[in-house]
Amino acid sequence: MDASALKADAADALIGCPSGLSVAAPATSGVDPSAFVRANDDGVDALELLVQGARCAGCIRKIEGAMLALPGVRDARLNLSTGRLRVTWTRGRIEPRAITDAVANAGYAATAFDPAEGQKQIDEEGRRLLRALAVAAFASMNVMMFSVPIWTGDQDMGGSTRTMMHWWSAIVAVPAALYAGQPFFRSAFAALRRGRTNMDVPISLAVVLTLGMSLFETATGRHHAYFDSVCMLLFLLLVGRYLDHRLREKARTAARDLLAMQATTAVRIAEDGVARAVAAKSLRTGDTISLAAGDRVPVDSVILDGVSEFDCAMLTGETLPVPARVGDTVHAGAINLTRPLTLRVTAPVESSLVAQLARLIEIGEQGRARFVRIADKAVALYVPVVHSLAAATFLGWTFGPQILARFGITGMAEIGVHGALMNAVAVLIITCPCALGLAVPAVQVVATGRLFKRGVLVKSGDALERLAQIDTVVLDKTGTLTLGKPHLATALDADLLRTAAALARCSRHPLSRALVEAAGPGKPAQSPQEFPGEGVAGEIDGVHARLGRRAFSAPDAPESDDDAAELWFAHGDAAPVRMSFVDELRPDAKAVIQALQQRGLAVEVLSGDRTVAVAEAARAAGVTRWVADTRPAEKVAHLETLRAAGRKVFMVGDGLNDAAALAAAHASASPGTAVEVSQAASDIVFTGAHLAPLVDAIDTARAAQKRITENLAFSALYNAIAVPIAALGYVTPLIAALAMAGSSLMVTVNALRLQGMRSWTS
Amino acid sequence: MDIIAYLIPAALSLGAMGLAAFLWSLRANQYEDLEGAAHRILLDDDDLPPPRA
Repeated sequence: MDASALKADAADALIGCPSGLSVAAPATSGVDPSAFVRANDDGVDALELLVQGARCAGCIRKIEGAMLALPGVRDARLNLSTGRLRVTWTRGRIEPRAITDAVANAGYAATAFDPAEGQKQIDEEGRRLLRALAVAAFASMNVMMFSVPIWTGDQDMGGSTRTMMHWWSAIVAVPAALYAGQPFFRSAFAALRRGRTNMDVPISLAVVLTLGMSLFETATGRHHAYFDSVCMLLFLLLVGRYLDHRLREKARTAARDLLAMQATTAVRIAEDGVARAVAAKSLRTGDTISLAAGDRVPVDSVILDGVSEFDCAMLTGETLPVPARVGDTVHAGAINLTRPLTLRVTAPVESSLVAQLARLIEIGEQGRARFVRIADKAVALYVPVVHSLAAATFLGWTFGPQILARFGITGMAEIGVHGALMNAVAVLIITCPCALGLAVPAVQVVATGRLFKRGVLVKSGDALERLAQIDTVVLDKTGTLTLGKPHLATALDADLLRTAAALARCSRHPLSRALVEAAGPGKPAQSPQEFPGEGVAGEIDGVHARLGRRAFSAPDAPESDDDAAELWFAHGDAAPVRMSFVDELRPDAKAVIQALQQRGLAVEVLSGDRTVAVAEAARAAGVTRWVADTRPAEKVAHLETLRAAGRKVFMVGDGLNDAAALAAAHASASPGTAVEVSQAASDIVFTGAHLAPLVDAIDTARAAQKRITENLAFSALYNAIAVPIAALGYVTPLIAALAMAGSSLMVTVNALRLQGMRSWTS
Repeated sequence: MDIIAYLIPAALSLGAMGLAAFLWSLRANQYEDLEGAAHRILLDDDDLPPPRA
């Protein structure tokens, strides 16, 4: 795209998505991505960024236009599906920082990709499956061109014409089946070499045996060749395989993106005083780093210089900012609120709090890997049964007539070894798990697609299976049950609110921001001065004013008896005013909890916040069981206790302190506002200010489980009818083709029924 | 019946052409950004100076 094509207009003046499809990212400066730039040989540098919030054509134009407007940029391409922006530029013409700044100025959050994590963009395995699928589709359609005449006109058709049709079928089907069957052959071979069997063993066996049989039939000029069945079988199986792969790939990509987003950078101050951006994981104990206001602490450190306040809500669940001065220790993950600081690193990244949490997550996920998917259970049952049925058919037809004759029973047709093999192969073909292979992925694709439209991202298919089994819901308080940010609770008259907000505009403190939010747009105060941990002072309409803690703004005012977060505002000689703030419940919290309880689920609140705050929130939301003051490891321990009592827990949380518990739970969810680690650790991410998506997700998961069970039951019924017919030798190529297509169609249509399900919210 | 000696290869090669087209599009990264492609059609690239007649 040419830069001149991107003319500026009114839409570009807006921050963020011009169509309003997503909220603009908060105005922070971009991170320094220097550590992640890849240098190519020909003097061109390349950088890959993960851009959040791009939704429409306007976003593409805005972001790519902003990139191309930078000097030296050669090419910029935003992939809207994956959110990845690739920029290349002539080395030395611009600083990498200018790129992230430009994206941030346009109103989008951009994170640099760690090249090690971000590589392998093209999904090779998916492409291999698609190629095989295309070949199988081509073959099954074209072989039908020869099969249908044989089925319909066999009586009128001469033997030589039929054989010619069979040969044409063979020319198309044999190479196609050998190519399209490779995903199955490889997997079957790998399983056999390890002395195991899987679903691919009977599939491969059926394909190879049927091809061989059909070639023999063709060469000897006989009636029954199953080339069409082989191709259709592979086609239907590959459809199921591809759907399943796409679901897993989506989960993997989501996990990889979140991992890459943790590739944080830090500004290290070298001994010569030069500040340079480095990857956080290259920091060593004793390094000096500088931390801008609004940035997250990269590793556990101690403050060398400066005074500020930290937002530790993500770490501990506490809503109130924590003041910090020289000598205080700050933990990785806390956000610096007011002033720039100089820090000394006290622990290497591997032993920082965040890394320890990451290890707890790993342990939790190992436990989850023991979960056996319903499809795998079905296969474990299926393989031995089918193999022994086919073997029994072969042996029965080979030796059956003689054995029966010895007991004086005649009448069983002598069909010889050839006929016996033919019937055994028919059993293998007709039981081949097309319907079984589609039964689970088709349902899960429809279910995740349906939830995606409602703002719920399900990261894997087995997450839905686990979610359908839960009987207990454990919710975090801060940021999950509540919105996670303070909200003005005192009723003030409009004039007072306006003046107080003028001063609040000069501060980044969360309480100030809550005040500004309540007041709406307006002018800031004059000559403001911020005192970290105390408050902010300035002039409004020429009169001195102070906004902050009681000791700062109104030292003479009496202490209030409740312990809510508060701000005091003093304006000239007027009496100081107290404003209290509460962390509001999500608007539908109470209704959702009721809905969960109606579904027979036990609901608990598990929080790291103070007892009083948790009790109050739990009461307001209608939850009777709650635990307060828990540390991350205690949250995990609590879940372990529940698990030991035989409960299957669905954990919902958003903070760093929830991440380990999210990974340890049977199923888990986090809101889109959660920290990346928590999103990475949970199965489901839901967006928006409401909790209703949780109910939707549970309902959909349960419905999906029902569809899956129906599909598997249908497959079993189908086999129960088809196997005797095949074993007795009544199956012709036409019957095999019809049965295969019919059963696959049935399970797909049954899966699609989920689409029309009514959602709880509507 | 001689006609099928022409028609069968003709039908097969038509099918093979479709298959080849699909494989080409897959290799040419045509499916890498389905959502973006749907939106890019709305971008005005035609504010470029018109070619001189």
